[in-house]
Amino acid sequence: MSPSVGKSVSRKDGIGKATGRTRYADDIVLPGMLHGRTVRSTIACGRVKSVVLDFDTTGFTIVDHRDIPPGGRNVVALIVDDQPFLVERTVEHMAEPILLLAHEDRDTLLAANVVIEYETAEPQYDPEQSDTTFKTITIEKGGVDASLEGAEIMVEGEYRTGHQEHVYIETNGVIAVPEDGGVTVYGSMQCPFYAHKALRSLFGPAAKVRVVQTETGGGFGGKEEYPSMIAGHAALLAIKSGRPVKIIYDRVEDMIATTKRHPSIVRHRTGLTREGLITAMEVEVIIDGGAYATLSEVVLSRGSIHAAGPYRCDHTRIRARAMKTNTPPNGAFRGFGAPQTEFAMEVHMDRIAERLAMDPVTLREINALRPGDTTATGQVLRGDASALEVLREAVTRTDFRRKREAYKGTNKGIGLALFYHGAGFTGAGEERLKSRARLDLTPTGARILVASTEIGQGTRTMHAQIVSDALGLPYESIEVAMPDTAISADSGPTVASRTCMVVGKILERCAEEMKAQLAGRTPAEYYDQVGPLSVILEHVPPPWINWDDDTYQGDAYPTYGWGCDVVELELDRDTYEARPTHVTAVQEFGRPIHPALALGQIEGGTVQGLGYALLERVVMRDGAMANPTLTNYTIPTTLDTPVIDVVMLENPYEGGPFGAKGLGELPMDGPAPAVVNALRHLGLDLREIPAIPETLLTCNSL
Amino acid sequence: MQFTLNGSAVDVTAHPMRRLLDVLREECGLTGTKEGCGEGECGACTVLIDGAPVCSCLVPFAQAERARVTTIEGLGDTHPLQQCFMDEVGAQCGICTPGMIMAAQVLAADASLDEIRIGLAGNLCRCTGYSAIYRAVQAAQGKQASLTHS
Repeated sequence: MSPSVGKSVSRKDGIGKATGRTRYADDIVLPGMLHGRTVRSTIACGRVKSVVLDFDTTGFTIVDHRDIPPGGRNVVALIVDDQPFLVERTVEHMAEPILLLAHEDRDTLLAANVVIEYETAEPQYDPEQSDTTFKTITIEKGGVDASLEGAEIMVEGEYRTGHQEHVYIETNGVIAVPEDGGVTVYGSMQCPFYAHKALRSLFGPAAKVRVVQTETGGGFGGKEEYPSMIAGHAALLAIKSGRPVKIIYDRVEDMIATTKRHPSIVRHRTGLTREGLITAMEVEVIIDGGAYATLSEVVLSRGSIHAAGPYRCDHTRIRARAMKTNTPPNGAFRGFGAPQTEFAMEVHMDRIAERLAMDPVTLREINALRPGDTTATGQVLRGDASALEVLREAVTRTDFRRKREAYKGTNKGIGLALFYHGAGFTGAGEERLKSRARLDLTPTGARILVASTEIGQGTRTMHAQIVSDALGLPYESIEVAMPDTAISADSGPTVASRTCMVVGKILERCAEEMKAQLAGRTPAEYYDQVGPLSVILEHVPPPWINWDDDTYQGDAYPTYGWGCDVVELELDRDTYEARPTHVTAVQEFGRPIHPALALGQIEGGTVQGLGYALLERVVMRDGAMANPTLTNYTIPTTLDTPVIDVVMLENPYEGGPFGAKGLGELPMDGPAPAVVNALRHLGLDLREIPAIPETLLTCNSL
Repeated sequence: MQFTLNGSAVDVTAHPMRRLLDVLREECGLTGTKEGCGEGECGACTVLIDGAPVCSCLVPFAQAERARVTTIEGLGDTHPLQQCFMDEVGAQCGICTPGMIMAAQVLAADASLDEIRIGLAGNLCRCTGYSAIYRAVQAAQGKQASLTHS
């Protein structure tokens, strides 16, 4: 049998998607089903004084916080239990859920008028003025103060990034069904066991709760934590009405109410020698968490660990804090803090190069992390650290230095960014998770039962390839079950570039174990002679991992992916529109399991990064998104998207399946700083994104 | 109201001002047509009316009267575009795919890359960055060309 790993085999879900037969949450209709609606706050901060139902309530199911059963808790359990499913008295942000309605007729449901009176309080929108800190992190290496003081050259700078909306094309949606004396929630989501945990908090630990993923039309982090909230709402309505309840957000509700990428402010003070060697780095990171803690502390963690960029420096201090504001909570978005801090580092690097009158490639060559170097957390990099390789490949392939000269005085600019991304959970996260995978023998092959969700990235296909090769059975004979908390092993959330590297590795071991038990027999023979066979194994962290959560020192990630992006763009000097014309993405992520899927991750992530850099502006007014439509919040269309030249370099990681590392988030880190560095090459001193024409028009010229 | 749906004459009762999208999904049971934004920006609900691509979220049902309406279900499952979207991984999450394929259907068989870009500019995809979609469309052009020439 020829191996399937390394080949672009057919996607398991290709035919259903290409024919429109695949059913997403909104495509499912159940007998007796009601539609659910969420009534939300229209103030950013204050208290609810009264709620008046100004409509004929016949046929309605109405739920507020008092409908949470005894033994249940009104908190969306995640890390810090601070966010309620439904407001009791205090409103912390705009569009906070207060009341739930369900009715079988959607028009009647939408017409229902609820009047809520408030006592308003002064909201806080500025993270720097906020007096509530969700989390602080300090990473310290060497003696920064003395080194900064003695530095020959010092460069300082402040960099800012805005919100970013996920714009998965399928909005959030779930269906809750009362069944078996409990409730089952079917829905679009990345993390069924997160929703499961939140529902068990809502209904009490003894409640019978089951969560099943439905086909998910994109996630990008946006369906990591928020679906737990919607699941709880639909489940409350379903239990009270005794009927299935479907809640599908329309685009406006999805954009106003659900999470976004954290805005950031990052300040750098960097000491260098005249030759360009970095001798000291001090970095301050502030992220705007929104009104509840949700995932901010872990976003901050990844952001701060990546804040020093892929550079070596003996004296580093990173101080980071996540602050509360009265805005909808910000959350997971592809890259999870690293795109913000790496943006700051890479734009700062080009400013340093400018100050030293050095070319940006040479500055990076001098300082790039090499195997054997230590990161800011003191992690000693192993042989699979490829910063120099990706940089040199990108520079050569794009003829970067020649173009840098040739474009001077034209309306063209070229810029690059060097970046890295830790794969898997941060620090001791994987050890705490104790993820498990399950592989069942079938009479014709095997079936994968994990909680890792297919959200477009190719989970099903890539997992089946790994199992196929490790088990020695054809790819076509490997089935993948829909994640279902009743039967799937809890392989952890589908986040953090871990689905291939971490869960894929457990599945590889399950398949090897199954192969050993088959002992040369076919699945059919084993079934006849012995019967069914199920293998469940737990994640084993690589033995060299050593992390201290208190000091933030040690191996922050088992390994890193590496990338260098080069962006060429043209500036229209009349409209101040910047249009990328060529983008080159050189990325090393171990080894691709499925080259076409990997290419899709890089191309797609790069274009999301270009949107983040150039187009995507969330306008906040009175604590809410003021442009919550696809007309007014623009993501890249075909006409905004240049050809992306992708180079996949290989440097196998011994702890991953068939040498693979995580890839999903890496492509998101590079485009924004590469764009801004290309604009700097054009003479625009920009230190924030998005680089919309209004910003470019008013920013300083160099 | 009488119209031709995917090649068959049908008679569907619904309010003339209902969105064609809702009539197709809820009255006709054809859920391959998706709603992404409800304001004609994303193209996930693209169907053909008398051969022309439209956003069915912006079209009142009345406009379907006596027209030929084609949805993704009308392509069957062996259309070259469908095969090429699978082969080239033009579909990731798949929610934009039916609309994208319907919009691609009306592109000229010899459309250049720029013409493909313009033809698909009303269809948003958040997963692929579009390159794999171009590869799929171009591969389908090749297949259709070879069918024509053989």
